[in-house]
Amino acid sequence: MIKIEKLHKSYPIGKDSLHVLKGIDLHIKEGEFVSIMGSSGSGKSTLLNIVGLLDIHDEGDYYLNDQLIKDMNEKKSAILRNKFLGFVFQSFNLISYKTALENVALPLYYKGMSRKERLKVALEYLDKVGLKDWANHLPNELSGGQKQRVAIARALVTKPKVVLADEPTGALDSTTTDSVMDLLKDINDEGMTVFVITHEEEVAEQTKRIVRLKDGVIISDELTKASKAV
Amino acid sequence: MFDLDRWREIFQSINKNRLRSVMSGFTVAFAILLFTLLFGIVSGLSNSFKGAFADDAQNSMRVRVWKTTKPFKGLQTGRRIQLKNDEYNYVKEEYANKIQYQSARIYKNFTLKYKNKADNYNIRAVNPAHQFLEKTIIDEGRFLNERDLKEKSKVIVIGRLVKEDLFGERPALGKRLNVNGSSYQIIGIFSDDGGDNEERIAYIPVTTAQMIYGNNDYISQIVLGYNPNLSLDAAIAFGNRMERDLRKKMNIHPDDQSALSVRNMAEANKGVGQFMGILYAIVILVGSGTLVAGIIGISNIMIFVIKERTKEFGIRKALGAKPSSIVGMVVQESVLITTLAGYLGLSLGTYLLSLIGNSLEEDYFIKDPSVSTGIVVGATIVLILSGLIAGYLPAKRAANIKPIVALRAD
Ligand SMILES: Nc1ncnc2c1ncn2[C@@H]1O[C@H](COP(=O)(O)OP(=O)(O)OP(=O)(O)O)[C@@H](O)[C@H]1O
Ligand SMILES: [Mg+2]
Repeated sequence: MIKIEKLHKSYPIGKDSLHVLKGIDLHIKEGEFVSIMGSSGSGKSTLLNIVGLLDIHDEGDYYLNDQLIKDMNEKKSAILRNKFLGFVFQSFNLISYKTALENVALPLYYKGMSRKERLKVALEYLDKVGLKDWANHLPNELSGGQKQRVAIARALVTKPKVVLADEPTGALDSTTTDSVMDLLKDINDEGMTVFVITHEEEVAEQTKRIVRLKDGVIISDELTKASKAV
Repeated sequence: MFDLDRWREIFQSINKNRLRSVMSGFTVAFAILLFTLLFGIVSGLSNSFKGAFADDAQNSMRVRVWKTTKPFKGLQTGRRIQLKNDEYNYVKEEYANKIQYQSARIYKNFTLKYKNKADNYNIRAVNPAHQFLEKTIIDEGRFLNERDLKEKSKVIVIGRLVKEDLFGERPALGKRLNVNGSSYQIIGIFSDDGGDNEERIAYIPVTTAQMIYGNNDYISQIVLGYNPNLSLDAAIAFGNRMERDLRKKMNIHPDDQSALSVRNMAEANKGVGQFMGILYAIVILVGSGTLVAGIIGISNIMIFVIKERTKEFGIRKALGAKPSSIVGMVVQESVLITTLAGYLGLSLGTYLLSLIGNSLEEDYFIKDPSVSTGIVVGATIVLILSGLIAGYLPAKRAANIKPIVALRAD
């Protein structure tokens, strides 16, 4: 599903440039549940953003669903994002003036689905994350955990192949963390590829594979107990 | 082009961000309001000026005489100048191709009497062409004709108010009227846009007056309408030449304004034209300044708005929005706001102008102020275009920001 070879990424800082990713090789197959760990500044978000087509890499090859990602313009990558990818962010990134239901329905609008149909589908997904009764509330009327579950519903509503989550539990307490992780596990059980960044060992333990980054290189890549349990 | 979902997105964005929308709309509405009022007031001024000269034909000229104030060729000052048929015919022959209408005028003041009602009225003895020079409107019967002049008939055309004074509701046409002792037949009744004074007079043939009252060929004034094909400048030159020629012919000092002068409407028209030209130039300057200020206003607000929404655009793009859909959304919103606000400003402006109406005519010479549709449509198009540009440029820039950068924005 995701194949990365000798990937490099630098950020220009003034005249110099900061070499963040220094030759990453990573292969994630369809249906995997992978977490990335590593200290702050090790390049986790950078890697996820490149995988999510939100940012561009400098060197190396990246294949998404066997398609080489190269010379993308904003329009092409928008279409690919809409088709293959779902995002969950640490800071939720809901649109503040839209209700929970409208937020979930938005990716379907960009897919070109009719209003009636997309509201119906969005409501199903809200139901799935247990927030059917909150459909007509604005984000600022929801708790952090509820917001993140809305964001997850929004990431899932287009039935993406890959869900990318950058510290989805970073802003949540332990109970809500568990409910969010349960959701991600369910998604994975349904066959979706899930790719999460986390700082918490307990969170990483619940995924099936942990990739550890340090200073822009992968220092370990192993399967967890959870994966063996299945 | 009509995409219901797109409109829904826009209305939601406008509705949920009312302050922002009202702010940008206000700038435009205010600019258009000022623009409308400004143009309306100037058009009002222009209407008053045109109205002031509406009484007489626009191309009218008058030759007037009085006493000399400069000695010439041994002749004393204070000499009374008298126009006669000789000068009338001279003008007629000399400038035939420059003249459209020509009439003599003799002023008299007589008692008009019908049965037991009588009063004093100003009487003008004139030629038939006078009707066109004074824009006399015939309500009943007819005006004087060449045959009346040739036969020196005792016929009279009376003003609407003369008829009202002497006859009231009763018919007057065809009745005989006692004019200073002799009996005239009423052949016509007229009205005039020049006000009551112009309707409380009567016209008789110039030849009849010359025969009965003095038995001479004196006339008080020569009134003419210059050929309308002449340009204003050519008409002014014609007036000056006629003035010079007549002074020479009548042994008057070439610069003696008092003895003989030609009052030429072309000069007044030219003056008014120049004045209005300057006024319009000022208005166009101030008006376009106002519009430009409005445009800069919306552009600034749009830049601010788009900056504020950068993160939202980043989210939308992460969810699959193409840059074109973001640009389209912003531009459509901007055009919608400018158009609605422009329309509001315009309606308010026209409403205020209609309230003003003619109430400022007396003190400020503003008559029936209004704006022409052309100007209004033009201003609206300018606004829509500026809404388009004001929205397009910053939106285009925002839409092409990498989503990761946009998402980080706050
Ligand atoms: N847009 C940018 N411009 C310049 N430097 C950047 C940019 N984004 C990230 N960096 C730098 O790249 C390095 C890696 O950043 P990244 O966000 O990938 O780290 P991370 O592993 O996700 O850290 P954290 O756990 O704190 O989220 C950091 O040193 C960061 O300062
Ligand atoms: Mg990070």
